[in-house]
Amino acid sequence: MTLPLGLFAQVLHLVLVLLAALVLPGLLDSARARFQGRHGPHPLQPALDWLALLRKQPVVAESASGISSIAPYLGFAAMLAAVLLAPGFAHGMALSSLTDLVVLAGLLALARAARALAALDAGTATGGLAAAGGMGLAGLTLPTLLLAAMGFSILTGTTGADGIAQSLRESVPAFRVPLGLLALALLAVALAETGRLPAGNPAAEALGDGGDDSVPEASGRHLALWRMQSALRLVFWLSLLAGLFAPFGMASAASGALGWLLALLLWPLKLLLLTLALAVAEARLARLRAARLTELLTAALLLALLGVVWLFLSAGVA
Amino acid sequence: MITLLLAGILALMAPLAVLGAAGRARAVWGGVAVLSALLAMLAVAALAQGGAPPLLLPFGPPWAPLSLAADGLSAWFLLLLGVAGLLGGLAGWGWGDVAPRRLMLWPLLLGSMVFTVLAADAFGLLLGFALAGFAAHALLSAEGSWRDRPETGWRDLLATLLSVAALAVAVGLMTGLTGDLSFAGLRAVPPEGAQAASVLLLVLLAAGARAVLPLLAPLPPGPTLVLVGGGMPPLALYVLARLLLDVSGPAQPLWWGAPLVVGGTLAALSGALRALREVELGRLLSGVALHHLGLAVVALGVVAGLRAADLGALAAVAGGAALLHLLAQILFLALLWLAAAEVAHNAGSRQLDRLGGLVHPMPVVAYAALAGVAAAALVPALSGFAGGWLLLQSLFAAWRVGVLGFQILVVLTVAVLGVAIATLASALLRFWGLTFLGRPRTPRTLGAQEAAPLPRGILVALAVLAAVLGLLPGPLLRLAEPALLLLTGHGGAPDLGLLSVSPGPAAADYTPLAVGLLLAVVLGIVGAAMRQASPRAHATVPLWDDGFIAPPAHFPFGDPATQPGAASLATAMRPPLPAMPRWPWLQAARWMATLPRWRLSLPGGGAARRALRLCLGTVAALLLLLAWLGSGGL
Repeated sequence: MTLPLGLFAQVLHLVLVLLAALVLPGLLDSARARFQGRHGPHPLQPALDWLALLRKQPVVAESASGISSIAPYLGFAAMLAAVLLAPGFAHGMALSSLTDLVVLAGLLALARAARALAALDAGTATGGLAAAGGMGLAGLTLPTLLLAAMGFSILTGTTGADGIAQSLRESVPAFRVPLGLLALALLAVALAETGRLPAGNPAAEALGDGGDDSVPEASGRHLALWRMQSALRLVFWLSLLAGLFAPFGMASAASGALGWLLALLLWPLKLLLLTLALAVAEARLARLRAARLTELLTAALLLALLGVVWLFLSAGVA
Repeated sequence: MITLLLAGILALMAPLAVLGAAGRARAVWGGVAVLSALLAMLAVAALAQGGAPPLLLPFGPPWAPLSLAADGLSAWFLLLLGVAGLLGGLAGWGWGDVAPRRLMLWPLLLGSMVFTVLAADAFGLLLGFALAGFAAHALLSAEGSWRDRPETGWRDLLATLLSVAALAVAVGLMTGLTGDLSFAGLRAVPPEGAQAASVLLLVLLAAGARAVLPLLAPLPPGPTLVLVGGGMPPLALYVLARLLLDVSGPAQPLWWGAPLVVGGTLAALSGALRALREVELGRLLSGVALHHLGLAVVALGVVAGLRAADLGALAAVAGGAALLHLLAQILFLALLWLAAAEVAHNAGSRQLDRLGGLVHPMPVVAYAALAGVAAAALVPALSGFAGGWLLLQSLFAAWRVGVLGFQILVVLTVAVLGVAIATLASALLRFWGLTFLGRPRTPRTLGAQEAAPLPRGILVALAVLAAVLGLLPGPLLRLAEPALLLLTGHGGAPDLGLLSVSPGPAAADYTPLAVGLLLAVVLGIVGAAMRQASPRAHATVPLWDDGFIAPPAHFPFGDPATQPGAASLATAMRPPLPAMPRWPWLQAARWMATLPRWRLSLPGGGAARRALRLCLGTVAALLLLLAWLGSGGL
C-alpha cells in the first residue's frame, strides 16, 4: 500500500475504533439487559457519562502524587496506541510494520501498570486490592498471549498481527484444530482482560455501566480517561480476535473501491457480532467466582500449549 | 596496540590497590572509574576493529604461556565490565564510605575480572576466574555481608573453591593429552561424548555458582553491590559462553543447550517469585537480578540448540538477545540498586513496610527509579524490552530444529517465561508503589530528603540511558557483531536496520523509535485534547477514609493497616501457580507408599474441574501417543 493510502487507512481506522469505543460498551450493556428481560440503559449512556465526568472537577487525595494525574493519560495513550496497531478493516495501514504481538503485549502491560500505579498512589486499602487484582491476572494471560504469538509465528512465519491476518486470509479457508484451540485460549484471555465476565466483584455488576473500578480514587476527567481506556480495551480485544481469526473481507491496496466499501461494512459487522455474542454470554452465564476465573485462565493456557504442540505434530512442521 | 593499552590499564590496577591499602578512598574510586571508562572505550574500539591480536605476556609458567587478546567475545564482555566498573567507581564517589581494607579489594576485583575476560588461553581464564572469585568473596566479607549468619560466608567460600576446582577439571578434560591450553588449540579438539557431558556439567556448576551467589549474598544495595553484582554474573556468563559455545565448537549435539534453557528458565521464575515475596529491598532486587540473569542464560541455551541444528542466523538472534540484555541489565540494575541505597540512607529503612510516600520528599530519585523499574519490567521502547523481544522471537523460531523433545522444551520455556515476566512486573510495581507511593508508614520516612547533587545526577543519567539504550538495539547489535560471530559460529547477524531489528526477512520487526514516538505523539494529542475538553485544575482534599472512625493520635499518618502491606500485596499479585511440594523426594516417597492401593484419586476440585482435567489429560496423552507413533513409524 502506498504511503498516502496507508495513512488514509490508518486515520480511517483511528476514527472507526474511536466510534466503536463510543458505541460498543453501551451497546453491550443494553443488549445484555434486553437478553435478561430488562429495559437497560441507553446504548450511548457510557459516552454521556464520560461527557458528564469531563465537566466535573477532578478531586485528588492529599497523599497522592503526580502519578494520579499522569497515569490516566499514560494508560489511555498506551491503550490507544495498542488499538491503533490492532488489525482493522484493511491490510498494510501506515503503522502495520509495528503490529508485532509481543509489542502489543508490552503496550497492554504498560496500560495495566499505569492503572495499578494510579490505584496505589493514594495509599488506600481498596486501591491496593484493585492494583493487586489487575496485576495478578497478567501472570496467566501473558503466557497465553505469548504462546498464541508462537503458534501464529509457526503457522505464518511472523508475529506481526497484520502479517498474520494477511497470510491467514490468503491461505485455504479450512478449519484447523490448532487455530481453534488458540482462538478459544485468546477468547478466555480477552474475557478476563476486558473484565467482561462477571467475576469476583459484585459491585462491578451493581454499577451496571461497565464501571471500571480498577482505580477507586479517580474522579472527574481522570475517571473519564480510565473508563474510556476500558472501552478501548474492549475494542482492542474484539478487533484483535476478529483480525486474527476471521480476517476474511479485509481490504488491501489491490482491492478496488467495492472491496474497500465491503471491508468498511464487514469490520463493524464482525465487531457487532462479537459484542452480541458477548452480551448473550454475559446474560446467560452465572457469575464466576474469582477462583473459577483463574481456572478458566489456566485452562486457556493449557489449550494454547496444546495448540502449539499440535502444530509441531501436524505434518509439514515437525 | 589496543591489547598493549589494555595490558597497561590492567597493570595500573596494582598501584591503585596500593593507594587503596593506604586508605585514599577518592583516589581509588576515581581511578577505578577512569580506568573502567578507558577499558570500555578500548573495548568499543576493539569491537569496531573486529578484535585485537593476542599479546604474549613475559611471565607465566613454561607449560602454559600466558597471553592476552581482545577478540569479539572478550571485547563485548570487557565493555560490560568497564560499564560496571565505571558505575561502581562513580557510585563509590557518590555514596561510599571510607574503609581501607575494602578499598584495596576494588582494583583487585576489577583487575582480576578484566584479566579473566582478556585471557587468550584456558590457564589464564582459570587463574583470573579463581582470583576474581576470591576477591569477590573477600570484598563481600569485608563489607560484613555474613555478619548475621556466618555460615553463609563459609558456604560462599566453599562454593568459590568448588567452582574453581570444577573449572580446573573441565579445562583439564578439554585439553586432553595435547597440553595446548590456548583457545585456538582447544578449538581444534572439541570434547566429545561422555567427556563433553562432563565438561558441560562442570562448567555449568562453576559458572552457576559464581553467577548466582553474589546476587543472593545478603549485601545491602550500594556501590559494592554495583561492582560485584554488576560484574560477577556477566563474568560467569563469559566463562560459560567461552568454554561451552566458542571453544567447544559448533559440532555439539542438540541437547547441549537444554540444561542452559532449563536452568535459565528456572532462575528467571524463581528470581521473579523471590522479588515478589521479599519485603527487604536488597533481597527483593537480588530476585530481579536473578530473573534477568536467567533470561540471558536461556538465550545462550537457545544459541547452543540452534547452532547444533545448523540454524546460524537464528542463533545469532538469540546471541544478540543475550549480549544486548546483559548490557541493559547492568545499567538498570545499577539504577535500582543505587536508588535503593539512597532510600535506605535517607528514609532509614530497607523494609517495604517501613517506607511509603517517598515520592514527595525525593521526587528525582523516585522518578529515576521508576524509569529503572519500567526498563526492568520489559516495558516497550525502554532498554529491557529489546533483549526480551529478541529472546522471545528466537524462542518462537526455535521449533525449526525439528526434534520434538526440544520443541516441547521451547514451548514450555515460553509459557514459564511468560509467567515469570508477568510476575516480575508485579514485583517491580509492588516495590516502587510501596516505597514511593501512598502515605508514610513510619515517622522516620518524613525526615527523608532529596539525594545530594552527584548521586542525583548519576541516577538521572542512568534513567536517561535506560531510555536511550532501548532506542538503539540496531547499532548496538552491529557493534556486537564480532562477538556474535564467535558465539554462534556463523557470519549472519540478525536482520539489522539502523532503527529496527528483526529475526528474519519475512518475520516481524521491532522499531523502538517508532513505538516510542507513537506513544509520545498519542500522549501529547490526548493531553492537549483533554486540556481543551476539561480545563479545570484538580482539587486536593483529605483522603476519604471509607467512613471509618478517625485514627488515634499516635498514628499521625492514619492507621497503617488501612494501607496495602508488602506481604498482603504479594499474596494477591502472585500468579496462581500450582503449589510446589517443599521436599520433592518426601512427596515422592509418600506417593510411592500410597501407590499399592491403586486408587485414582483426583485431589480437590469440583466436577467441572475434574472434567476439564480429564479432557486435557486425554488430549495430551493422545498427542504424546501420536508423537511416539510418528517418530516410530517414520
